[in-house]
Amino acid sequence: MSISDVFTEKRKNWNVLLNLRKSSSADTCECPGCHQNIETEQLRESMWICPGCHYYLPMPARDRIAALGDDNSFRELYAGVRPSNPLDFPGYEKKLADNRKKTGSYDAFVCGTIKIGNQKVSVGVLDGRFLMGSMGTAVGEKIARLTEHATKRKRPLIIFSASGGARMQEGLFSLMQMAKTAAAIERFKKSGGLFISYLTNPTTGGVSASYASLGDIILAEPDALICFAGPRVIEQTIGQTLPEGFQHAEFLLEHGMIDRIVERREMRKTVYHILMMHQ
Amino acid sequence: MDNKLTSYEKVQLARSADRPGIMDYIRSLFNHFMEMHGDRLYRDDPAIVGGIAMFHEIPVTIIGHRKGKNTKENIRCNFGMASPEGYRKARRLMEQAEKFDRPVITFIDTPGAYPGIEAESNGQSNAIAENLAYMSRIKVPTIAIITGEGSSGGALAIAVSDRVWMLENAVYSILSPEGYASILWKDAKKAPEASDLMKLTAQELKEFGLIDGILPEGKKLMPAMDQMLQKELNELVKRKKNSLVAARYQKFRKIDGLYQ
Repeated sequence: MSISDVFTEKRKNWNVLLNLRKSSSADTCECPGCHQNIETEQLRESMWICPGCHYYLPMPARDRIAALGDDNSFRELYAGVRPSNPLDFPGYEKKLADNRKKTGSYDAFVCGTIKIGNQKVSVGVLDGRFLMGSMGTAVGEKIARLTEHATKRKRPLIIFSASGGARMQEGLFSLMQMAKTAAAIERFKKSGGLFISYLTNPTTGGVSASYASLGDIILAEPDALICFAGPRVIEQTIGQTLPEGFQHAEFLLEHGMIDRIVERREMRKTVYHILMMHQ
Repeated sequence: MDNKLTSYEKVQLARSADRPGIMDYIRSLFNHFMEMHGDRLYRDDPAIVGGIAMFHEIPVTIIGHRKGKNTKENIRCNFGMASPEGYRKARRLMEQAEKFDRPVITFIDTPGAYPGIEAESNGQSNAIAENLAYMSRIKVPTIAIITGEGSSGGALAIAVSDRVWMLENAVYSILSPEGYASILWKDAKKAPEASDLMKLTAQELKEFGLIDGILPEGKKLMPAMDQMLQKELNELVKRKKNSLVAARYQKFRKIDGLYQ
């Protein structure tokens, strides 16, 4: 099978997969770029790129996985992992329940195995719609398990990040997930595994400062905000406005922090080619 | 000091300029300290102190945040907010510690990693992430002591250690209470309420099993710290290198707050 076949085949199935989940979301979305209302269905077909202004809307985790893998190749792992409320934080259970309803997942990380051009790959996606994609103990645990799974099976690992950082409601437990995920990724890399870290809008704080910055190869989507401290925090600290484009993917590329910026439509092809050169 | 203080009073105590700083610990507990400078990439960051010294009979590597003791020093040390260069210096010195088989003792006291234009441009995220990864596999004993404020990734970047201790009035948290309040309620003035919710005191964190022990403050502090370091090091240096690393991996791996 050639790569172009993989792509045409892909499209058809994609719609089927996505239709299954249509009932769980609203029928239209407002584009943050041009403020037009676009039908969800149309957005799914266009990989959540606004047909009007080409703004990259956040891509739901399962749509991302469907777009990356061969047809029907996704096998989800650790779907039942979910946090308790370790700090007894008021209202946290309700917040989790609301976000579960919204996304159809127990927490912000969806992961498992897929095939890309018939090669088995471990994949995980942080869903930015679930509590801003923040990393608490469930996200940290799933990343660690997925990474250990990939280490054992000697599979390449791809993680897509979109996150506001460590999850506030789980306090220091969340901070410790930075150490846990970084340690698991480090072991994986030392065992010879290929880790592709794929940064999407936004990747910040405790996620940016842990596993997400440790890719053998770091890819990013155009214009994605990628930073440790957010622009607002920096402006408040130094008391000046920030230069245009500061902390966006293009800025990071220029400063040597990432390898490549990849258009969303080129995602599957790019990953496929990287995998091909690491077999 | 008693433990009847509120969480926010502890935060203020943890930040107090009267607390001992890293140079005080070095002077009291170690001999022949020699500071080493620079990350070999760009510059020396005074917000992180690093060097070698003797602890009783053995050479050790010491790394920690430095806030400075007066306004002039505070500014030079950026109030203990380290830049990527500081974290990279720390890693360079830890690599040397591994090469020469020296234990690493870290002192944590920071409001957080520096949020500035230059720090971001020079890869603050990358510098912290690389430290977490490296500390998780370094093949020498590591002991971290949170002496004042242990805030965010900027604290953790030198605290992924075999043993993590805290002073009785130190705090260790995901973020400063002010930052936490402004994220959750868009109001930094609610820091006292945030401090209660965050469970950031040494006593609460010990209860959670997130730290290994608590050191008393006041006159007892230096002798207690000296004893703790001797005891922990005696135990850790006997371990085989691989089992040391495996145990450290498990220590952080098993931290979860999952629904069972």
